[in-house]
Amino acid sequence: MSIDLETARKVAKLARIRVEDEHLPELAQEFNAILGLIDHLNEVDVEGVEPMTSVTPQRLKRRVDVVTDGDQPAKVLANAPDAREGFFAVPKVVE
Amino acid sequence: MTELNRLTIAEARDKMAGGEITSVELTEACLSAIEGAGVLGAFAHTTPERALDDARAADAATEKTGLTGIPLGIKDLFCVEGVPTQAASRILEGFKPQYESTITRQLWGSGAVMLGKLNMDEFAMGSSNETSVYGNAVNPWKVDDRQLTPGGSSGGSAAAVAADLCLGATGTDTGGSIRQPAAFTGTVGLKPTYGRCSRWGVVAFASSLDQAGPMTKTVRDAAILLGGMAGHDPMDSTSADLPLPDFEAALTGDIRGKTIGIPREYRVDNMPAEIDELWAKGRAMLEEAGAKIVDISLPHTKYALPAYYVIAPAEASSNLARYDGVRFGRRAELAPGDGITDMYEKTRAEGFGPEVQRRVMVGTYVLSAGYYDAYYNRARKVRTLIKRDFDEAFAAGVDAILAPTTPTAAFGLGEMADADPVQMYLNDVFTVTVNMAGLPGISVPVGLDASGLPLGLQLVGRPFEEGDLLNLAYALEREAAFVAKPARWW
Repeated sequence: MSIDLETARKVAKLARIRVEDEHLPELAQEFNAILGLIDHLNEVDVEGVEPMTSVTPQRLKRRVDVVTDGDQPAKVLANAPDAREGFFAVPKVVE
Repeated sequence: MTELNRLTIAEARDKMAGGEITSVELTEACLSAIEGAGVLGAFAHTTPERALDDARAADAATEKTGLTGIPLGIKDLFCVEGVPTQAASRILEGFKPQYESTITRQLWGSGAVMLGKLNMDEFAMGSSNETSVYGNAVNPWKVDDRQLTPGGSSGGSAAAVAADLCLGATGTDTGGSIRQPAAFTGTVGLKPTYGRCSRWGVVAFASSLDQAGPMTKTVRDAAILLGGMAGHDPMDSTSADLPLPDFEAALTGDIRGKTIGIPREYRVDNMPAEIDELWAKGRAMLEEAGAKIVDISLPHTKYALPAYYVIAPAEASSNLARYDGVRFGRRAELAPGDGITDMYEKTRAEGFGPEVQRRVMVGTYVLSAGYYDAYYNRARKVRTLIKRDFDEAFAAGVDAILAPTTPTAAFGLGEMADADPVQMYLNDVFTVTVNMAGLPGISVPVGLDASGLPLGLQLVGRPFEEGDLLNLAYALEREAAFVAKPARWW
């Protein structure tokens, strides 16, 4: 499989990373090199094999569904690039 | 007096217990070594005042552990409260965690001394420490006028331990990031079993593969430091709720009757003769120590790297979605009229370096509609087969597997600049299988190549049998008697 410029543009958009048009050919070429490596997986017979969901056999731990933490807005907001009145501030979302 | 920073953890512990030295003296020796080693780029942030406070507290403590008063370096991937933690990325510029990772909390609780944060590849994505926003870390080993890579992603940790800037360091290993740098710097690096050390507070790269571990000067030190890092943690749902053995007590050096598997698939094309010879030497050493050597087959080995480069980027693309310029780190300057999508896109374009962008986008692609089954699910099935290979070898009576850690010795910084990304990925060809199968693996320095650079061998053990694995590594270390140190040029 090979990635064209349109696919590279679409992937960049999905990943929310701005890539200028002039860099798309280089990006597509790098993707193709990596996919060339990945495509070796097609040589493997995976018929009837379960996809791995956990590398250790144990079942994930359960805990009681109760609040165990919270009420620390100052700490939560301490590293925000823009925090106002107890909220994260972002550019206007709704027109 | 010899330079105290050159001591091992075990030696320093014993000298402190005997009243010969204090932690303050030891810490001062490390701080002055760090100050004189700026050119190595090993430390990204130092915390000298905190270090001396920790050392004074350790000297005054009445109850001591094996790590009390031991100065450590911490990879920049671990959240340390109030100390810059950037995962060597521009996107986390200025980030100061408001909480402590479980591993570092345990270490400080054991009385260890915090020297600072160590350089690494950005978000642990790299094999040469050249993707760091802090600039390169440099290998203290040098044989000509070139500066060499200390490996990656835990390059700063490896350089700091090899250059005696600290007594030990934390690292993390997603595809080889502890073991490859250890091999490149003549040090010991242990990736524990997945679930042995808590991932809570460690910046996530690929959550099903990431595992933190110790990077040290000796196998004994790895056992001591692992004891301080490991343990069950309710904050990490994949953390194993198993009793913690005394890893150091496992180091008897007696490996008689143990069975070591030599996997034929690791003899790859174009492997330098020196690596092959080193491997044969290691095999002979373990045999000499009383182990039984058997040839084994791990048939899906060559598919580990391709499967890794689906699974790791897929998980990374999800984990790194949180860096959006809203909650922490850096936000791009916006133009008038820019909306929230512009903010995301510009922030991530200027905050992530090229390798991180590449992997996030590859991950996005393999998870996208129409490709999920062809790539992601297929890779997870292949992962099942890779693990099955190991399970079958262990079921057949193999106690551990011996292989080279890396296909080459350390290479020059910048030498891979024009290669396509896959060439760099090939560094992980011997290490990545272990992450795919969730197993413990340790790199031990065994010899020097013809130019005088260190080479390492890797032992891979059964799940949660780090004690046994460390004992085998200890026997290999004793047989190899590797004592070479880099000559100081910095």
